[in-house]
Amino acid sequence: MEAQEIKEMIERGLPGALVEVRDFTGGGDHFEALVVSESFEGKGLVERHQAVYGALGDAMKARIHALTLKVMTPNQYQNRR
Amino acid sequence: MADPIERIRTAINSDKIVIFMKGNRSFPQCGFSAATVEVFEELGAPYSTIDVLADQEVRDAVKTYSNWPTIPQVFINGKFVGGCDIVRELHSSGELQTLVRAALGESAHQ
Repeated sequence: MEAQEIKEMIERGLPGALVEVRDFTGGGDHFEALVVSESFEGKGLVERHQAVYGALGDAMKARIHALTLKVMTPNQYQNRR
Repeated sequence: MADPIERIRTAINSDKIVIFMKGNRSFPQCGFSAATVEVFEELGAPYSTIDVLADQEVRDAVKTYSNWPTIPQVFINGKFVGGCDIVRELHSSGELQTLVRAALGESAHQ
């Protein structure tokens, strides 16, 4: 699986989100992603991760062995920089 | 044997901190499970672990139970707290210590 494919799936599931995905072993099954979305506003970490997992659907069960997630609202992202 | 969801419910309500992981605390079989256990070791908090590699039914059922597709999974006071990323994030922000202290504190009053 390509990082780009994961990025596109997350973007489809969370329209307007800023998504960066990196294949950190180069093996096509361990990824890390940064997802910045307004839809995370007022939600806890569990709910935010579930929203991203939801966008990935069955790929998360089968093709992605591991996905390290950073999830932020646009506000949190700005304050971080 | 009881239904796997029932077994999960029993497990997460038997101890204050329960970690569903691959392997056990001495021999974690996955880097994310190892990192999660490491956090609780650092906190010095008592926790119990369930090896999902030894029980395929529980491995599948816990994912359904918490609507969470990956292992490890951490439950504190019977409530799903998150996987490896969340536990590490809560640890660095100090929120995990608060959660753990509250959970263990309650047991002291019982």
